Amino acid sequence: MLGPLDYLLWLVGFLAEIGVVVYLLSRKQAFRHFPIAFYMLCDAFVTCGLYYCVRHFGFDSATYVYFYYYTDSLLNVLMFWVIIKFYQETFAEMGVSRYIRGAAVMLILLTAVFSYAVVHQNRTHLTTHFVVEIGQNFYFVGVVLTYLLWGAILKLRETRTRLIQLVLALGIYFSADACTYALRNLFPGLEPNFLRWFPPLVGLWLPLAWAYTFAHVQEDARLEPARLMVRAR
Amino acid sequence: MIAAVICVVSAAIFLQFFVSYCRSILASSKNIALSDRVREVTGIADHEVGADDFNRLLQLVRLCPERGDDQSEIRAVGTYYGLLAVLNRISRPVAPSLSVWLEQERKSCSYFAAVALDRRISYSRDLFTQQITDRL
Repeated sequence: MLGPLDYLLWLVGFLAEIGVVVYLLSRKQAFRHFPIAFYMLCDAFVTCGLYYCVRHFGFDSATYVYFYYYTDSLLNVLMFWVIIKFYQETFAEMGVSRYIRGAAVMLILLTAVFSYAVVHQNRTHLTTHFVVEIGQNFYFVGVVLTYLLWGAILKLRETRTRLIQLVLALGIYFSADACTYALRNLFPGLEPNFLRWFPPLVGLWLPLAWAYTFAHVQEDARLEPARLMVRAR
Repeated sequence: MIAAVICVVSAAIFLQFFVSYCRSILASSKNIALSDRVREVTGIADHEVGADDFNRLLQLVRLCPERGDDQSEIRAVGTYYGLLAVLNRISRPVAPSLSVWLEQERKSCSYFAAVALDRRISYSRDLFTQQITDRL
């Protein structure tokens, strides 16, 4: 059963997502950051869909569970589009966009095949298990892709503060979600009282962090990324 | 097994991203010089901002009217400072070199709080000036 805090988190998340879209539209940057705007819009629609499912079918219903996990996976695929955009921005001067797109599509397909292979033996609960498995693996692929991107940013000495903060916020989002999914698989007993709070909080983080970056970090702001690294002395 | 590996790797990467994100926020304030006014108010006129000054500075920040655009970054840096303080307490006896780095990071957090205070004081003065002008 959902309480007022759940609804509050949904509402704040929804407003932050819409806020990012409205901000990008108002600054005429929606086309430039189209994957981000589109992702945020879809995320807002999914939030509305989740609310509809809870109201009409109940929080414990199979409809809600399937809607939650499948839309989560679809949003992850959209998020890969955002990551590809970040890769293209980082490697813009090298002209390797075509290869980046190809590699990303291959990775998504491999993740789906791998997830199917992992649960293939568990045929009795195949569909239910599959959505959780693919969710965990998608998030982990997201972590790896963002980490590689961060490595490329450091290596290429990318200095655009806005891009750096957008990528770091994305890294926090993916790693926190991947960790939560893995903990769910490892300790299912922690789900009802503890782990269930993590996905909405992490879901709230990304639109808030991106809204902050777009609103407060100027397009031409520069930062030396090497200063952000923790180095052994 | 796969879930355990994902959990450990993700947690380690999360920590690295979180630290880098907080440092990117701190970096924005590093090149800003503190005004004489804020040095006078905080009593740090002739020495640099100390690692333990953060909470005191944050209390002063909260006394000033909110600008409305710095709350989230203050909260993020506050969380980072709390994490550093806990790590510092744990690492001091066992890893002094790490403790030196943590101290430096905490100083950066305090400096960030001092810059935030400076901005809020300027904002308060602007508000005050505007009110006086409106009355006239």
